[in-house]
Amino acid sequence: MSYHIAVCAGIVPDPLQTLEPVSGPQGPALKNEMMLPAVLDPWAAHALYEASHLAKNVPGSKVYLVSLAPKAKLQQVLMTMAQKVAFELVALDGPSSGFTESADVASALAAAIEAIPGLDRSQLLLFGGWESAARAAGTTLAMVGERLGITEQFQGVDALKVGADGSLEILERVEGGKHQVSVCAGAPAVLGWATGSLPEPPNSPQTGMQNMRTVMPALQKAKPAQVGAHAFLSVSLPKQQRTTRIVKDVPAAEVAREIAAWIRGS
Amino acid sequence: MSMEPSGNESPAIERPSMDVDIVCAGFGPATGGFLTTLTRGLPLEDGTLPQVMCYERADDIGFGVSGVVTRARGIRASFPELNPDEIPMAAPVREEKVLYLLDPIGASRRSFTLKSADSLLRAAGVLDHEAFELPLIPAFLEKHDGLVMSIGQFNQWVGQQIMMSGMAQIWPGMPVAAPLIDGSRVAGVQLLDHELQPGMEIKAALTVVGDGPVGPVGRQLDEHFGMPEGHEKREWAVGMKMVIDLPEGSPLEPGMVLHSFGYPEPEIFGFFYVHPGNVASAGIFVPSWFDSPVRTTYRYLQHFLQHPYLWRYVEGGRLRSWGAKTLNEAGRRGEPHLVGDGWARIGEGSGSTNVLTGSGVDEAWTTGTQLGEAVLELLREKKPFTKENLEATYVRRRRASWLEQESLTAEKSRDGFHRGIVAGMLGMALAGFSHGRLHIPGAPIEHMPKVEDFFSERIPAARVDEIRREAASSGKPLHDALMDAWGWPAIPYDGQLLVTQQDALLMGGKVQAAPGYADHVAFRDEALCASCGGKTCVSVCSGQALTDAPERPAFDREKCIHCGACMWNCERENVVFMAGAGGLHSAEN
Repeated sequence: MSYHIAVCAGIVPDPLQTLEPVSGPQGPALKNEMMLPAVLDPWAAHALYEASHLAKNVPGSKVYLVSLAPKAKLQQVLMTMAQKVAFELVALDGPSSGFTESADVASALAAAIEAIPGLDRSQLLLFGGWESAARAAGTTLAMVGERLGITEQFQGVDALKVGADGSLEILERVEGGKHQVSVCAGAPAVLGWATGSLPEPPNSPQTGMQNMRTVMPALQKAKPAQVGAHAFLSVSLPKQQRTTRIVKDVPAAEVAREIAAWIRGS
Repeated sequence: MSMEPSGNESPAIERPSMDVDIVCAGFGPATGGFLTTLTRGLPLEDGTLPQVMCYERADDIGFGVSGVVTRARGIRASFPELNPDEIPMAAPVREEKVLYLLDPIGASRRSFTLKSADSLLRAAGVLDHEAFELPLIPAFLEKHDGLVMSIGQFNQWVGQQIMMSGMAQIWPGMPVAAPLIDGSRVAGVQLLDHELQPGMEIKAALTVVGDGPVGPVGRQLDEHFGMPEGHEKREWAVGMKMVIDLPEGSPLEPGMVLHSFGYPEPEIFGFFYVHPGNVASAGIFVPSWFDSPVRTTYRYLQHFLQHPYLWRYVEGGRLRSWGAKTLNEAGRRGEPHLVGDGWARIGEGSGSTNVLTGSGVDEAWTTGTQLGEAVLELLREKKPFTKENLEATYVRRRRASWLEQESLTAEKSRDGFHRGIVAGMLGMALAGFSHGRLHIPGAPIEHMPKVEDFFSERIPAARVDEIRREAASSGKPLHDALMDAWGWPAIPYDGQLLVTQQDALLMGGKVQAAPGYADHVAFRDEALCASCGGKTCVSVCSGQALTDAPERPAFDREKCIHCGACMWNCERENVVFMAGAGGLHSAEN
């Protein structure tokens, strides 16, 4: 038993960047989008770490990172991500601003996964983020699964155990901070990861060099994805916006009071 | 073979190792020039393809710091068809001005000579918003054929091309801790230890050191091999900048370049460059010859922005990015040994900055291209990277180039600043017009004045003592309190452009530090810190990563932007500044 794990992961602006929607010639976009440093979507990054962990524990397994993003930006992000875990890259060139239609993105990703040479769909585990730091619609992964005909779908996953018989025991987040335990017979399955339980791996020069054998060729042959042909009537900022402050040496009670006041005032 | 990282005092541990052909420490303009030149010549005609690796501390290759105006001679030589529109935030220089800024609030420490000059200029009615625009810019200072750029964006643009060539790999987020020194030879580098894995040894036939003015590899080479006779790194500066979204309707055109001197203190130089998209970079340089024990660059930057000449342009603007770095202001005098067996040095850390023209990026780039050509020559001729061969190829090219001629002209041009701003400006003019034959001599002061002495003109010693105690008990910065007491007005924070230093770290610098790495700033002797009255390391710290504490300053690595100013501002040489991870996360500086 081994798995082919396809991890769908987009890129998003590096945390703490100031984001501002603007109208561009192609529709809504982020101001200075190409100048903003980017990272792999943190939700999907957890999925990637879990995929790598699983692949290490199940001999013969293979991890594919499937990403739709502007090629130049993706290359930049991969120079960091490629140092963390081993994967084979499947790259699609296209926008990652969050103003794309998730159904289009899902179709493009599903087609790219279907086209992976040697992919065993009976052993396919489709990993990704339960949500996204781009828009948090949380719909893309489920639609990729649908297009690939995978009916076993789990969202908000925090843990995965593989049974001796190949069954998958999955811990999903549900309301009230509780988890639901589900068991399915095995692959194929879709797992939309929450945070999982693995720390971010440190950068490893060897892993980076190993990945580079596939990363650069995959980027060079990345095809433009057909997404974003939809018109937006309007785009506006949410009323509640993230305001990040890092404080130290402040009592927890004071922090709690400030947060409560912020919630009451918003 | 005995081989160990220089300066590594930790017990020997088993380290993984990897062999490559060429390893580079640090990715900036110099390494960009090197890799651009080298990779264009690869693979060699006989099919040889050396494995080339570059490791950079910052978490992205675009997180460098420097808004820059450059004549871009070396860069254009590499990219003859260069179109500035291809590089975000780049624009051709269209207008240049040099300004003498007067003090509109009376807090600046001005000599009698400067005060007299100010009175004369005011009486003559030649000022524009408390600034005097110099009618002529000396040819040696002109950048009229150059470019305004963001180095972060330029690094990204260059790095992407190198990577897409497939001929070299550039790895960000991977700090190099030390050179691997084997007798007189450098055999590669050791990467920084992480709590989950020891730093790998990267062994290479050639180690290219381009880790900047305070890079750990370059400094350890200086310690091990010493400096050439008569050379020393004695002049430094902190450069700090903001990238600003100008208010709507700004009349400023991309390519406008302003350089200033005279305010907020006469010794502090300023710059203001306009990028495309209604964006400007504004910043200051606080040099080591500014003999104040209170070198709080951030506070001075805020006063600089509020000078009436600039404020009319930036009022209502918004902070978009922020950063700071150390500049090696020693230039040619600070040139270390450029090559040795298995190693070569390029860029600012190799003394390439021209201190007369205030130009460093293009010079750094050019040193990289010269080494790139030299390495290709040696590879083609199948010669080893010995000191002799590198001297005959790289050093020979460097000595024969405009870079060398101009750096010799500039070498002593700023010595006069050790006697004061007027002597300094005259010295620059003398050196510039005489092509380096004349200069005004001067040497750094041996000891920085005590806080009590420096402020004695306006703040009695007893009050300084009181302020010190108040600052210690309230946890507020001493340098701010001293500047308030001296007469500098409080900063009218607007939450957009004038923000606290902590907000600048988050809003502008987006400073972050990866977990799992050790503190990279330490203090050799806590007793020395406890007896230090100035704590200049605290006031000069660009990110407020160092804060005052009873025994020794407290260090918070999550706020450090790796400028290294703490190291050269400690005249007791008590600060140990090592390789570390993290720093700025803005690519627009």
